[in-house]
Formats: sequence, structure tokens, C-alpha cells
Amino acid sequence: MHGEAAIVLDGVAKRFGTTWALSGISARIEPGRLTGIVGPDGAGKTTLMRLMGALLAPTEGRIEVAGRDTVRDAEEIHVLAGYMPQRFGLYEDLTVQENLDLHAKLRGLSAAERERAFAEVLAFTELGPFTGRLAGKLSGGMKQKLGLGCALLARPRVLLLDEPSVGVDPLSRRELWDIVRRLAAEGMTVVWSTSYLDEAERCDDVLLLDEGRIEFAGPPGELRERVAARSFLILDVDDRRRDVLRRALDLPGVRDGVIQGRAVRVVLAGADGGAADAARAAPLAPDGAALAAVDALARAEGGTMRQVAPRFEDAFIDLLGGGPGGRSPLAERMEPVRLDTEIAVSCRHLTKRFGTFTATDDVTFDVRTGEIFGLLGPNGAGKSTTFKMLCGLLRPTSGRAEVAGIDLARAGGDAKQRVGYMAQKFSLYGLLSVRQNLKFFAGIYGIAGALRRRRIDEMVETFELGRFLNSSPNELPLGFKQRLALACALMHRPAVLFLDEPTSGVDPITRREFWMHINGLVRKGVTVLVTTHFMDEAEYCDRVAMIHRARLIALARPDELKAAAASAENPAPTMEDAFIAMIESHAGVEERAA
Amino acid sequence: MTSRRRFNAARLLAIVRKESFQIVRDPSNLLIAFVLPVVLLFLFAFAVSLDIDEVAVGVVVENQGAASAELGAAFAATRYFDTRFARDRRELEPLVVAGELRGLVVIPQDFDAALERGTPARLQVLTDGAAPNTAGFVANYARGVAEAWWSSQRAEAGVDEERGPSVRVEPRFWYNPELSSRAFIVPGAIAIVMTMIGTMLTALVVAREWERGTMEAIIASPIGIGEFLVGKLAPYFVLGLGATLACALTAEHVLGVPMRGSVFALLALGSAFLVPALGLGLLISAATKNQFVASQLALFSGFLPALLLSGFLFEIESMPLPLQWLTHVVAARYFVESLQTLFLTGDVWSEFARSIAALVAIGGVLFALAARNTRKRLE
Repeated sequence: MHGEAAIVLDGVAKRFGTTWALSGISARIEPGRLTGIVGPDGAGKTTLMRLMGALLAPTEGRIEVAGRDTVRDAEEIHVLAGYMPQRFGLYEDLTVQENLDLHAKLRGLSAAERERAFAEVLAFTELGPFTGRLAGKLSGGMKQKLGLGCALLARPRVLLLDEPSVGVDPLSRRELWDIVRRLAAEGMTVVWSTSYLDEAERCDDVLLLDEGRIEFAGPPGELRERVAARSFLILDVDDRRRDVLRRALDLPGVRDGVIQGRAVRVVLAGADGGAADAARAAPLAPDGAALAAVDALARAEGGTMRQVAPRFEDAFIDLLGGGPGGRSPLAERMEPVRLDTEIAVSCRHLTKRFGTFTATDDVTFDVRTGEIFGLLGPNGAGKSTTFKMLCGLLRPTSGRAEVAGIDLARAGGDAKQRVGYMAQKFSLYGLLSVRQNLKFFAGIYGIAGALRRRRIDEMVETFELGRFLNSSPNELPLGFKQRLALACALMHRPAVLFLDEPTSGVDPITRREFWMHINGLVRKGVTVLVTTHFMDEAEYCDRVAMIHRARLIALARPDELKAAAASAENPAPTMEDAFIAMIESHAGVEERAA
Repeated sequence: MTSRRRFNAARLLAIVRKESFQIVRDPSNLLIAFVLPVVLLFLFAFAVSLDIDEVAVGVVVENQGAASAELGAAFAATRYFDTRFARDRRELEPLVVAGELRGLVVIPQDFDAALERGTPARLQVLTDGAAPNTAGFVANYARGVAEAWWSSQRAEAGVDEERGPSVRVEPRFWYNPELSSRAFIVPGAIAIVMTMIGTMLTALVVAREWERGTMEAIIASPIGIGEFLVGKLAPYFVLGLGATLACALTAEHVLGVPMRGSVFALLALGSAFLVPALGLGLLISAATKNQFVASQLALFSGFLPALLLSGFLFEIESMPLPLQWLTHVVAARYFVESLQTLFLTGDVWSEFARSIAALVAIGGVLFALAARNTRKRLE
């Protein structure tokens, strides 16, 4: 193949206590290429990165990095490999220069080498003007570049980057990507771990991890090609797209479906009815019956069906056995709710300052009753702060926020009865069992007696929580934890549902299932406000507010946002492209000059 | 790469430099290292002062003799007691019960007679057991007053020393003639402060490296764990000694507690005590990567023993036997003991040598445990 591999993984397994974080990992990572370690949170990405960085020893198997064994020659690997941990591993109370000094000295660079390396690193990270600034006072993107700079000081042959794009705005993310691309082109072996499938798509090679095992290894295009002829868009179904999606997903032979702007995207099963298995090289034609059924559905709804280029995510879901069906047992059980106002949630000049830091800066928007409204932005952009002010958990510094015409921060319990809130990280009680959590949340919303029993039974049945009733929420798989949190937020039948990063860290299949429930709830008249840092999730929303560095930079339908970003060289931009375009036309330039 | 397992001065200094910057920049470090010691010192020296001024005490003089009257006058003269006299204890007993008096000193009927006979004269002290500390001090001070009176009597009469004291006096009075407990408290406060810096700060800063994800970056660099830990501890060692000196200076110049021993002995004892203090901090940081848990552990394993089992607040001799045994593994015990000697008596190197040996031994065990566990965590 490419000659000597940079990293060889041979039957690697890693156990922590009684759980196997990784098992049966064998792969070769080639020099001079950008390799992505891809998978949902908890798939074992960080463990694998640490194993390759010789920070951990494998329980089974062996790993060679540039010909050295990670257990026996750990110190040599620490010299020849650069490793950037999650959150960049910077000392926030040291300045940019002091951080660089520390890492240069730890790596034993001589004074002359240091000068050379600093000049080089400061040039490509553009951090030159900020050497005297404390690392803690840098923006996410600058921190990330500094972390990268520290890892690059000694010109490593292998560069390991653990989730470098988390907490970084899309623009900085793209810049980092360009830097890393250049390094790979110069011959450096770069390993980049990520849970974002769009990043995976741009790598030279990917190792796709799921539950500690490799599901696919090779160029992303190869995986994508497996669904080459099987991705379709159902167009012109605008307002009925959620219904169309639900019905499409229930058709036999439909492997996956998502909302994409105002259209519905479906992936059909292969002609033999199954997924393309790994051994098969040529792509399968779509299953004839499924094709006909989806086409009929599209026509019945007055839409059209068109074959489109496959995405990595289509193939990923196909590989993992397809997404969930279109039914939401939750929504089917729920009686419709009504809110007698046209505007469910509104805010005017909402501002929140913490000391000198402005988390939300003059944000104004309205959420119409019955829509899915998304607050989109990278971690730290100010989404959660805005959100907490809307549902009355945080008092604004200035401006006002109302739900159904009532300021929740001042209103009594009755008004809050109309609102359901699902917090980031789910905020369940780990010391209570699943059943006790359900009882507690029913209790705080004043549901008691027979009604409480009925509602709890209903939730348990709907979300298949029966076998977990006596366990702690902490022991639940993430997907079930998410279901439980949703159940707790819905027990009192709120008319407005606030979801703060509900799908963070959840794998794509569980995310789809979650969105089926949300779509179902909206059909019953619930208004949904959701924050997310997954750009592609914005597609599920009716309207999206883009938040960047505390400010609202755009508010429109997902399709409009994408259309605005379309250009000659990029006729079909993604949500992320749209976001970057917005930042660039907005405050981006001014901020970077500061 | 030839530097494996060998300490590399450049790397070590890089860590020392980095840690020093962090100490200076993080206000919470300075708070613990400089503000807290001063606050503690003042708190212990004034608020928690074990001295009692103007305690309301009844003096019952049952005898009309000259000696009884003089002793009664001596009680009236001391500023520690606010005395109230009576001829019959039944007059004052209800006041003790009501809490208006903290105790009764009874100069009995046969006091003068006993003195004349040359047999030991007895003095009865009744105290309010509901306030044990106060009670203890009323008893002690009453003895002190009687003792002082007796020696002056002896001196006046030119009686030879053979007759010995008529009242047994607590040995610490010999070293603390002003009856001031402040002189005991300063060494204790220094031990507490050193425990905070050595154990608490160390445990916190290592846990912080884990929490902020910087530990990973350090492990991924060529530095050895030994170099890293030594480089990390060195600044705290210096900080600890600095705080000790600051405490001693404050004690001498602000609180008026003179240090009779040498600064060299103070630094020697301080350095020896920092070995177990830092060792414990490291052991805690090896056991947890969480700052909150680390601070709790430091509180329970470092601060509380230093406060309760060091002989600082409670005398070791009066503890139950199992607790007395336990104090032998509490590093602060040796430190407090030697510091008290240092402040009140001066340099007694035979005692210091024993303490230093004990401190280094305890520290050695803690460091060995920490080294073993730290390596395991990093694999």
C-alpha cells in the first residue's frame, strides 16, 4: 500500500474496571494523510487517542507509532508525537508566550530552536499580536490554535488532535482545518477525532467507531459510495414535510429519513433489501418496491422525488442498520394542546452580563405558536444563557422575555405549568431511581394520585423504560437517559417545550428518534424551542436564530439561510457554510481585528 | 531521549516557573498563603484566646485568720477574676447554679491552722462543669493565684525551699508566667497554616491540572512524572517556609509573642514538616482528580488532625488512650510540640532532632504511597 504505516493498531482493546471501552481494534494509519477517528460520544474516540499518544496502555493488543511500541517506548513517542487534548490543555492563567515557553522547554528545544519554532507557530496561528494575553482570555478559536501551536513546537511526525473542533465557532474550525490540511500535505500524519459527520466526510481516511468497535475503515468516499444511488430528496412538500417524513419512514425499504430544509431526504435499502455489506465494492441499486412507494407518496403530496448525491451521514446510518421508524408513540398518546396566543415566546432587547462578560447581547425575536424554533451556535456563543432567560431561570440584565405574554421570572407557578424544560445534560437525580425521578417530576408539577399513576405508566410504556424502573438514571444508556428527561419534561403536558442541547453527545440514530418525537409533539400543537450546536439539526427547525458571540446574527428559515450563502463555487451550501457566511458578513471581521 | 529517567534541569525549571506564575496570578492561592495565615493567627490569638479576663468568681473565706484574708485579697487583686466575697458558701452557691458565677474558691475553716502546723493547706475550687473550658481555667488560675501568693509568703518569711509548694501547679505555668495562652497558640496556628499550604494547596493544584485537561498535555510531553511533581512542589515548599516566617514575624511584632529559639531552627522544623504535608497533598491528588473531593480529603486528613490531634487545642495527655496513640502518626503533633519549645524555651536540639526524624519518617511513607499511586494513575 503506502509503505510504512505511521500508526499500527493490532488487536487493541482497553478495559476500564469491568467495561470495555474498546475491543478488537486493528487498523493502519498512513503517513502524510489526515485520518479522522469518527463516532458518537462514548464510542471510545478519546480512549483510542490516548492509547495512540502513549498516555494509556492497552489492556490487549499492541500499538506502534512511527515504529515505536506505545508501552515500551512511551517516552520516545512523547518526543516525536504532538498531542492536543480535549479543551486544548492550556494553562489559562499563563500568557500565550508562557504557554509556548513551557511546552518548548518541556520538549527540550534549545534557545535557537525555540526562536525558530515560536516565529513559525505565531505566524500560522496569527497569534503574534496576542503573546502577552492570558490564555484564559482568548476566544475558543484562538485557544484551539494555541493548543495546536503548543503541540506543533517540536515538529512532531505524528499529530494527535482530540476533538479539536468542540467549543469553537465554525469560522475558526474551518481555519484550523486548513492549517491541518497543509501539515498533512507536508508529510505529517494527522489524526483528528470528531463526532461531527461533516468533518469526517472531509478527512482522507476515517476510522468509524461505534461502541468501542471499528465499523468502517477507509476513505469516507468509499463508504459514501455504498449508498450512491440510494439517496433521494422529496421536494415541494413544504408545510407537510414532517408528515411526509413520518409516512416515508414507515414505508418498508426506507433505511433513513431526515428533514432537509423544506424537503425530506430519504435513503432507500439496496435491491436485495439489506444494507450494503462491507465486502461489496459496487453500490447497490435501490430496492424497486421502496422506490415506487416513496415516489407514490411524493406524488400524493404534490411533491417530486429526485435522486441526490449521497452524504457520509446517509452511509453512516445505513451502515449502523438504518434509522428508526416514523411513528412517535408519544405523540400518538398525547392529547392536543392549545395556546391562545399567536406568539408563544417573545423577547425584546434581551441582554445578560456576568461581570464584564456579556453572554447575551441585545437579542430580539418572536416564536410563533406551533413552530420548532432553533437557537443555533457553537458552544459558548450564549445560547443557553438566552434560553434560561426565556424560561425564567435567569433574570435579564436588561430587556424582557415572555412566554405566552407572561414574564416567567416574575410569574407564579401557574404560568410555569404551561412550560416544559429539559436541561442540558438532562438534570436527572442520580440518587433516585427512574421511577422515583418520574414521580418527583410529576409531583413538582402538582400531578398526583390516579392521574400521576396513569401518566407515569404512559411514559414508561411509550419510552420503553420498564426494564430500567429501579435503576439509577446514571446507569442508563445515553439514549434512554434522554428519553427519561423528555418524559419528565412532558408529564404535565406543557404547551411550550424548551429543549437545551437535547441531543448533545447522543448518537445519530438516537437523535433521529428524538426528532421523531419532537415532530410528533409539534403536530399536537406544542411549541418547541431548541438549542443545538449541531448545524445540521437546524434543518428540523421551522426557523433558526443564529447566535454568534452573544449576538443574534441571523433569523430565518433554514432554506433561506442556506440560499443566502449560495455562490458560484458552492451552489449547495450546508448550514455550516451558511453560518460562516453570516459571521463573515456580520461581526466576524471586526472581532478578529480587536 | 537520553534523558529518560534522569532529571533534566531545563524541564524542571520550566515547571517551577510555570507553577510560580500560576501561584502569583491566582488570587485564591495568595489568599490561602498570605491572608489566611494572618486571619488565622489573629483569630486564634484573640478570638479563640484561651485566656479569660474578669471571670466572675465567688471567694468564700470561712476563716477569720490573717493568711485567709491575705489570700482572699490576692484573689481580689488579680485581673483574671471578678471576685465576690462571702463568709458562707451557701450564700454564693445559688449564683453558681444560676450561672452568674463561674466558680467558687473556698478558703476553708482550717486554712490558717494548717499553715501554722506546717501541713499542706487545702483550698477548694468549685467550678461550673457546664462550661468545661472555663471551668478548667478557673481551676488552673485559682491554683496559680494561690501558688503566687504562697511563694511571696515564703519569700517574706525567708522560709527555705525544702517545704515545697503547697499547691501542685500545672507545669505549663512555669513557662508561661503571664498566664497567657497566646504563646501556645502561635505555634499551633503556624502548623495549621502550613498544613493548609502544604496539603490543601498541593492537593488542589494537582487536581486542577486534571480538571482543566492540562495534565494530559503534560503527560504527552517528554517530562517524567518525577520531574513534574518535584517541579510542581518546589514553589509550594518555598511558599510554605515564607508563610512560616511571616507567621513568626507577626507573632513577635504584632501579637507580642517572642520567639526564644533561632530562625534557623524554625526553618529546619518548617522544612521537616513540609515533607509530610506535601506528601499528604500528593497522596490526595493521586486518589482524586476532582478539586472538590481533594479539598474535602485535605480537610479531613490534614486540617482537622492538625487542629484537634496535634496538642494545639486539646492536650494530648488528657485524650483517651487510643487517641493518644493515634496522635503519633499525626505529623502536626511533632511540629506543634517542637514549635512550642522553640517559642517558649528556645532551641532544644535534642527534642527537635526527634521531631524532625519523626516528620521525615511520616513524610517518607506518604511520599512512597503517593509515588506508587501516582504512577499507577498515569499508567
